[in-house]
Amino acid sequence: MSRKVLLIEDEPNIAEAIRFLLTREGWQVETHAEGSDALQVIQGANPDLVILDVMLPGKSGMEILRDLRELEDMQGLPVLMLTARGQSRDREMAENAGVSRFMTKPFSNAEVLTAVRDLHAQATRS
Amino acid sequence: MATLNVLILVCLGYVVLLFGVAFAADRMAAAGRGAWLRSPLIYTLSLSIYCTAWTFYGAVGNAARSGLEFVTIYLGPTLVMVSWWWGLRKLVRVGRSQRVTSIADLISARYGKSNTLAICVTILAVLGGTPYIALQLQSITLSFSIFAEADPSGLYREGSSVFWVAAGLAVFAILFGTRNLDANERHHGVVTAIALESVVKLFALLAVGVFVVWGVAGGIGPMMDRIDASEIGQWNVDAGRWTTFIFLSAAAFICLPRMFQVMVVENADEGHLRTAAWAFPLYLLLMSLFVVPIAVVGLDLLPEGSNPDLFVLTVPLSQGNDWLAMLSFIGGFSSATSMVIVTAMALSTMVSNHLVMPIWLSTQGGSGSVSGDVRHVVLVARRVSIAVIMGFGFFYYRLSGGGAALASIGLVAFAGISQILPALVGGLFWRGATRTGALVGLTVGFLLWIYTLLLPGMGGAIMPESILQNGPFGLGWVRPQALFGIEGMDPMVHSVMWSLSLNTLAFCTASLLSFPSPLERLQGAQFVNVFDHSVAPRGWSGSVAQSEDLMIMTQRILGAGPAQEFFQAEVEQQGGRTSLPEPTPAFLERLERELSGSVGAATAHAMIGQIVGGSSVSVEDLLAVADESAQMLEYSSQLEVKSAELSRTARQLREANTKLTQISAQKDSFLSQVSHELRTPMTSIRAFSEIMRDTEGLSGEEQTRYAAIIHDEALRLTRLLDDLLDLSVLESGQVSLNMGGDTLRSVLDRAVSSALAGTSQSLTVRRSKVSERIPLHTDLDRLGQVFINLISNAQKYCDAPEPELTISAHDVGGQIVIDFADNGSGIPPEAQSMVFEKFARVSGDKAGGAGLGLAICREIMQRLGGEISYLPGQGGAAFRVRLPLAYRQAAQ
Repeated sequence: MSRKVLLIEDEPNIAEAIRFLLTREGWQVETHAEGSDALQVIQGANPDLVILDVMLPGKSGMEILRDLRELEDMQGLPVLMLTARGQSRDREMAENAGVSRFMTKPFSNAEVLTAVRDLHAQATRS
Repeated sequence: MATLNVLILVCLGYVVLLFGVAFAADRMAAAGRGAWLRSPLIYTLSLSIYCTAWTFYGAVGNAARSGLEFVTIYLGPTLVMVSWWWGLRKLVRVGRSQRVTSIADLISARYGKSNTLAICVTILAVLGGTPYIALQLQSITLSFSIFAEADPSGLYREGSSVFWVAAGLAVFAILFGTRNLDANERHHGVVTAIALESVVKLFALLAVGVFVVWGVAGGIGPMMDRIDASEIGQWNVDAGRWTTFIFLSAAAFICLPRMFQVMVVENADEGHLRTAAWAFPLYLLLMSLFVVPIAVVGLDLLPEGSNPDLFVLTVPLSQGNDWLAMLSFIGGFSSATSMVIVTAMALSTMVSNHLVMPIWLSTQGGSGSVSGDVRHVVLVARRVSIAVIMGFGFFYYRLSGGGAALASIGLVAFAGISQILPALVGGLFWRGATRTGALVGLTVGFLLWIYTLLLPGMGGAIMPESILQNGPFGLGWVRPQALFGIEGMDPMVHSVMWSLSLNTLAFCTASLLSFPSPLERLQGAQFVNVFDHSVAPRGWSGSVAQSEDLMIMTQRILGAGPAQEFFQAEVEQQGGRTSLPEPTPAFLERLERELSGSVGAATAHAMIGQIVGGSSVSVEDLLAVADESAQMLEYSSQLEVKSAELSRTARQLREANTKLTQISAQKDSFLSQVSHELRTPMTSIRAFSEIMRDTEGLSGEEQTRYAAIIHDEALRLTRLLDDLLDLSVLESGQVSLNMGGDTLRSVLDRAVSSALAGTSQSLTVRRSKVSERIPLHTDLDRLGQVFINLISNAQKYCDAPEPELTISAHDVGGQIVIDFADNGSGIPPEAQSMVFEKFARVSGDKAGGAGLGLAICREIMQRLGGEISYLPGQGGAAFRVRLPLAYRQAAQ
């Protein structure tokens, strides 16, 4: 059974790097670079995991996450959040919004892979 | 027929009665009982000590000799009592507030506590008082002799009797006048005794009068007929004598030491004067009521040559009414004894305080401390003084031979004692009166009185007839009874006129010419303004009600907590038996101090005074309160100014704080954006470098592509850092302009070729090279940087299929205007206001700019004195650069 990850990231180079990594791990990777319609994309794609950037054009990753958690069938969807703004306030906000894992850029590839594996393992166990 | 022995027994019995009354009154006063002892009635009766044996016997004699002239002796005091009671009130108030013990003490106190003056007044009083005492002794002796004539079998021996009478009176005065040393010199026993004597003498005289009118004359009608028939009834008024006598008796009423003693020193309550003002004249009226009938009937009944001074005794005796005569005798005895006792007391106080004590103290000089037996010395001095004064009286009586008429001796004494009047009245009402003035006036008056009245009256042995006729050493203009050649005047009128008028003149002149010492000025103010300074003496009754009022007031001033604390502490200090402290003087003083810390001393004093009622609020108090209020108003207006300043400062601080908060927020936001812009390329670099390091079997194509990404992102990082540094230098204003001259055209040439170099994208740049021939003088590199930025923005963001950038230059109104307009879709209206802010990237920007370019352009244009703005409504994105001509002109 194929695993699907939805990567919402407006930096094309970063998106490409993550796609490369996760594809080699056997993930089916879909990408999206726009904030404003991200929620609909998530619902339509029905992924096993979402990787969400914070600073997105149109709508911030925080708002997307908050709205996502409002939806009934999206409570348990693992969301890995990435941010380039190195402020501790962001981490708190993300946790309050219901993030599954929060990571600050730049990250090591191993970290991202470990996080994705952990999140997926938790999600399939429960 | 009453025997002389019975009379003597009655006299002794009467004296014993007086002793008993005086003793009982003293005991009651000491025990704090007997409020009636200090009643207005007793006070009024004690004032009637004015009526001595001279009035009792002498008035009738005077009437028999001189007609109605005796009335003057009663009119003087009556006028004083009725029309000058306010002056007396002032005298009493001064006496009480200064705690004076005698008239000498009062004069001395007024003029700077001068003992010289006190000695003068004392000597004057003793000299004036001695004949007066002799007069009383004479009257008693004469009255005894009347009975002795009628009863030869009696034990009466004239010579020795006077001595024993004098001795007996001295003992009485010593016993009751010097029993104790009271600070206020009050003698309740003596005052009560003389009040009783006043009743007795009035009763006796009225009894004789009633007997004469109804028992002898046969009723009012026949009596009036007899009076009409007599010479006495004729109004034969000598204006000079009448005026003089009325004035003299009025002056004596105020100045006589014994009158001062009972009126001021023994006064227990100022309010008693109100009663005395009508009751004492009434008493005098009753005393004088039957004088004329007794005189008329006496002249009718008794043989030619009878002493009219003794009609009061001899008329009842001649009618065989012995008991009435005895009553009359007791009345005269009362008059004489009360006068002698009080005079002796008053004089002894003066003599001991102003003559004996200063001398005794000076002999003790050097020992420094005054030991406890001063009391003893004072008492002994007083007792000896009384004995000596009585001795003077006795010897004066023996020397003068008792020949002179009673009335004339009394008048001489009056004239003497009146010399105090100018100094006394002047001292009370004129602040300018000085010690020197009083001393000079007294001396002048005193000497003139001796020279013109006392010595001539003593007979040829002391002042020979030749001096009276021709003046001393033949100087006619200083004849004792015709000074300055003014002849034909009544000797009494003459003496009083000269002595008192020159006395007053000397007093005023010397006062005006001399300068008072500070103590004199202080005392003068205390005397003249006594009603402002002193407190009307009244029964001080501290009550809980007062404490409550004080508590309420204190709470209002200090606040509830501190007030209760203060009162509680006071209660504990007082023993803690009550819930509120007793308003003791000590407590009031502490409270006043406490309150004055809050409301000022004058206000605190006035408020407490108002509640306790002990003092009235004077004008000075009110002025002081007003001063304090003004100060407080001043202070509060200063506070208002301060508080306005403070609120202004606070507002400025608030504004500064808001600005700082905004700056801080901007800084946070900037740092956050810088962080994002740095981390983003670093993320890509790290991710791809790790991929290239860790991934085996990457295709060559992949390797090339990923290396290119790393390279691009590294460049992006470098650009970002360059821009940040550039912006920071520009914003801090530390940039130095590198001015140079060139044409716009060549600057644009370089900018276009620089911006388009190394890019594959095709951007057509349209220019009108003719209009670009504008010479510039500015920082050409910085201006070129702006142009490059605008051109590369168009290159990056113009979304037209065939992107075009039109650059047009104009010289408009002293400014060079260069427009850069592309043919793309432009910047959305909502983003137009933001394009020059840092990191403001239009949404969908994927060109990899850091978003600092336009911010840098704006900073540069500001430095160059121009501006850059977005031109809306041009179809595509359009920017306008303005540069002032000033730089161009400067170049030419």
